[in-house]
Amino acid sequence: MLKFILRRILIMIPQLFLLSVLIFLLAKAMPGDALTGQLAANPKMDPQTLEEMREKLGLNDPVHIQYIRWVKNMLQGDLGLSYTHQQPVTDLLAGRIGNTVLLSAAILILTYLIAIPLGIVSGRWTDTWADKLIVGYSYLGFATPLFIFALIMLFIFGFHLGWFPTGGSVDVQVEEGTLAYYLSKLNHLMLPALSGALINTVVTIQYLRSEIVDTKVKDFVKTARAKGVPERHIYWRHILRNSFLPIAAFLGYEITGLVGGSVFLESIYSYPGLGQLFLQSIMQRDYSVVTALVMISGLATLVGTLLSDIILSAVDPRIRIE
Amino acid sequence: MKAEISGPTPAGANIEKSPSAFSIMWREVVRDRLALGSLIILGILLSIVYGVSLFLDQEEIVKVDFLSIYSPPSAEHWLGTDYGGRDVFGQLIIGARNSFTIGLAITLITGAIGLIVGLVAGYFGGWIDNVIMRIIDFILVLPFLMLVIVFVAIVPKYNVLTFILIMSAFLWTGKARLIRAKTLAERELDYVSASKTLGTPDWKIIIFQILPNLSSIIIVNLTLSLAGNIGIESGLTYLGFGLPESTPSLGTLVSYATNPDVLQNKWWVWLPASLLILVMMLCINFIGQALKRAADARQRLG
Repeated sequence: MLKFILRRILIMIPQLFLLSVLIFLLAKAMPGDALTGQLAANPKMDPQTLEEMREKLGLNDPVHIQYIRWVKNMLQGDLGLSYTHQQPVTDLLAGRIGNTVLLSAAILILTYLIAIPLGIVSGRWTDTWADKLIVGYSYLGFATPLFIFALIMLFIFGFHLGWFPTGGSVDVQVEEGTLAYYLSKLNHLMLPALSGALINTVVTIQYLRSEIVDTKVKDFVKTARAKGVPERHIYWRHILRNSFLPIAAFLGYEITGLVGGSVFLESIYSYPGLGQLFLQSIMQRDYSVVTALVMISGLATLVGTLLSDIILSAVDPRIRIE
Repeated sequence: MKAEISGPTPAGANIEKSPSAFSIMWREVVRDRLALGSLIILGILLSIVYGVSLFLDQEEIVKVDFLSIYSPPSAEHWLGTDYGGRDVFGQLIIGARNSFTIGLAITLITGAIGLIVGLVAGYFGGWIDNVIMRIIDFILVLPFLMLVIVFVAIVPKYNVLTFILIMSAFLWTGKARLIRAKTLAERELDYVSASKTLGTPDWKIIIFQILPNLSSIIIVNLTLSLAGNIGIESGLTYLGFGLPESTPSLGTLVSYATNPDVLQNKWWVWLPASLLILVMMLCINFIGQALKRAADARQRLG
């Protein structure tokens, strides 16, 4: 088992390396460099001083040396300077990463809270009204694009009915650390999290349902019934255990999906997180922030895939590599 | 008594031909009322969109008319006007045509690339397969949305063609993976070994024998991904990183909803476009689901 994990991590290393090279080259292709921010602040700097500063910062060194320096800086937590904000990128990210993580966690929790009961009901009592409703919902959810659903949710629940606030992550008047603060944070979280979750659930529901339906007709279930095992025990002990494995494995892929989804959700709900920062930075041509964000999301995706593979191999003995 | 020997059927006898894949799929779509309805609605929608857009001139629609900013639906402008006084209904029609055409183009290109790569990787196996799979795995790990947005932002000469190319460069991998898996399975079957023994060249086996057996999967995948691509394109245009504003798409109209005033009070700008995207994607999806069921005999309705 340990050997498998090590081998899997070993596979991840060249992927990580390739990812960083790709992103570094992308960063080089983007207009502007580390001094663009300084230039904007002091437009009267003469070109001579600029050239000297470039030499000092090593911006004229050959590409591979710059790459090594970039990686070294990243590992030490230095992600460069933002062009437009005159702040270290790391500070900018630190302020927002909490919000995005909170949103992602909320979406994940809600997704499983909704999808698992619905999937079980749909799988256990197939072809009943409940099942037809759930399957219908999963078809609709599968076809609806996330941003349209979020927009309509915002329109109905945010503006027309006024049940939830429509922007930001917390009310401006509440103080940090108080109960009102946490409640307000939750309040602002509900709408984006619900929008994301309701769309995310459909894949899990479809999968769970088909797994349960497949397992239900297997021989070992018939044997258990013949032995006189109570129905509920059959479901809990045998069927569900087998059906949950792929769901657990998908956890990693859910994480990678959240990276993309957060860009849309945060933009629609004006939620101050990393996704919104990404869009703003691109529009302001703040490419050092963009590079850092792409690197982080690439990393998140890689880790998510790694997690999925490890969980899948841990729970399903058929998949373990010798 | 004469023993009943079944000899060869006499010439001209009617042997019943087993139904072709297409007729099975068509029957399934017809039997599934939801899919049939979707097909009809989609057909009507597309004919309206493509037909009316023949009469509309894209440049006329995009011209700004400051006298009639934000007017609600009326007899002259069926769906009102937007912030530049431009007719929303015209933009809707042209936007729908653009979105659908671009989605179709992306689907076909990714389908072609994915098909070729998948077939080659699955059929030849060995190190070719290994290399291709490594490449595919790597591309799949990349954060798709963010990288597309970055590419759109930095590509110098940006137009519709570059957009299609950028999207296709990322999206072919999913199809290639699917086709490769199916090809791997097909390759083990006896008819392939038989053909090889007879000396059929590899390319003939791939094109004339394996490919037709994959056709149902390919069609289902193409249909479902068409819906997905239209959705992705609209989403990107909504964020501002899809089509340029001179080429309206349905996402452009929805993007006006980022302005809370438009979102609340001027629903005619963004709501019809959103509903149209939704209806198109739902219809294509229902048809695709029916086709998917047609491929699996246990689940067929007909």
